[in-house]
Amino acid sequence: MQVYVCVKHVPDTAANIKVEGDTGYSEGVKFVLNPYDEYAVEEAVRVVKEKGGEVIAVCVGKPAAVATLRSALAVGVDRGILVKIDEQLPDACVVAQALAKAISQDGEADLVFAGRQSVDSEGMQTHYRLAAALDMPVVSDVVAFSLKDGGAVVERECGGGAREVIEVSLPCVIGANKGLNEPRYPKLPDVLKAKKKPVKEVDIASLAVETPETGCRLTKLAAVPDRGQATMLSGSVREMVTELVRILEEDEKVL
Amino acid sequence: MAKIGVWIETGEDGVKEANFGVLTAAAGHEVFALICNGDAAGCKAACERYGAQKVVEVTAESGKLSDSPDLTARALAAAVKAYDLQVLTGLGSLNGRDLLARTAAILDAPLLQDCTAVDFSAGTVEKSHFSGKTVATFECRAPVWLCSLRPNAVEPKASPVAAEVVSLAAPVSDSGAVKILEVRRDASGVMELTEANVIITGGRPMDSAENFKLLHECAAELGAAVGASRAAVDAGFAPHSMQVGQTGKTVSPRLYIACGLSGSVQHFAGMKTSKVIVAINTDKDAPIFGKCNYGIVGDLFEVVPVLTEVLKERKS
Repeated sequence: MQVYVCVKHVPDTAANIKVEGDTGYSEGVKFVLNPYDEYAVEEAVRVVKEKGGEVIAVCVGKPAAVATLRSALAVGVDRGILVKIDEQLPDACVVAQALAKAISQDGEADLVFAGRQSVDSEGMQTHYRLAAALDMPVVSDVVAFSLKDGGAVVERECGGGAREVIEVSLPCVIGANKGLNEPRYPKLPDVLKAKKKPVKEVDIASLAVETPETGCRLTKLAAVPDRGQATMLSGSVREMVTELVRILEEDEKVL
Repeated sequence: MAKIGVWIETGEDGVKEANFGVLTAAAGHEVFALICNGDAAGCKAACERYGAQKVVEVTAESGKLSDSPDLTARALAAAVKAYDLQVLTGLGSLNGRDLLARTAAILDAPLLQDCTAVDFSAGTVEKSHFSGKTVATFECRAPVWLCSLRPNAVEPKASPVAAEVVSLAAPVSDSGAVKILEVRRDASGVMELTEANVIITGGRPMDSAENFKLLHECAAELGAAVGASRAAVDAGFAPHSMQVGQTGKTVSPRLYIACGLSGSVQHFAGMKTSKVIVAINTDKDAPIFGKCNYGIVGDLFEVVPVLTEVLKERKS
């Protein structure tokens, strides 16, 4: 099987984000493979291990994003494609088109995995637009995946502890959620081997991606300060709790 | 005044309360409440109380909407065209985000998910970037755009109008590529975390799945949903569907009570927009006390049962 997995190079979730200018941020922080993409990568690797074939990771990002492709290569992905772009927070429509073009120029996809959302722009839509561009069905928030009778049967979290069991035809796009699998940690020899695996770099301009004016624009990015030091309650457990309940009821009016 | 379509999420008891905030945000515009479950008449009273002028029973000319999210999205896209809607919005629940993303892809229109604020007149929204560490403002000037709203982002406020019930048989059919075979409910009566007004969450110190009973007892008095930290989920004390934080649920309740949580950045990513945050922790130097509203230094195994007791007494 020819399996593609879309990955994103994002600031570590523990990093402090420093806003620069109106809509930019400082890149002087640690970057990682988007956490949800780890589940996508793991599932893609497992499918190919079982069915045979090839896993190709595709990333749209700045040149530094090659590090994220290498970390996917270190856990079993065969090769990578980096579509280079200048923007820090590119529009989902552009990214989806770039991914679609990079994939269809590379080969015939049997399956495409992606994370359900990125932790930088939290757009929650790129894989849907990618599916539309590739003319494939898509299921997201997937927590269980298996191939069956030429299609796939997946389970999707749908709220309130409920899960939908969905049959989807192949080829398709799958948005991975936590719970889908346990991503493996890379071993040192694999990290070294990953350095030798091929990564093809293409410029987004060479893909002739249309960048229409979508009419939707990020105009401001602002830091959200943490709330300050808590009001600490004192006294015996019972006194503290009684005072807390009074505050929540009378002052805050949240009970 | 814009023409705004609001996808309405329904449950066993009809219109879910969490929709009222979305309707409130749209009220004052020409609001079309889009009902995809077949009972628009049953949803009328709830929708008109929050300002919807039209309650539309959306069906497909062929196929049942509940069988396929793809078909539902096609029907919603057809509704946008049929009523010339400028905006399609809805609750940013798992299903809401799924349907709006599908519809946006069909319409090739911009979409902003999980918005924490919206002004339909100005065409601006706010949403989280970088797990709640920054807030991003977007300006939407597209002829058609979509947005989902984070549950509890807008306080519901009634603005009653008299609504008309109409029906739309969308000229769409199902591709058959995405088929819902069944819906499994592992635990009945579980309150959806993201829609709860009050949440009480346990961390690693809960020490066992069994001990979560303590939180459930307290939650029953609070009318709260029970959440868990990543550490508690990874230790097997609670299912992933209960996880709050990065790689879990993002919640925005009026009251969030954190029991035995250190206050990691990743956890705050999922609950930072709560109105009031209370922390209970044995360690007076726990980072969580530096970024919440009220703190109790104490053992959750002592504090939580007393809280349950005090809440019980208050009722009687």
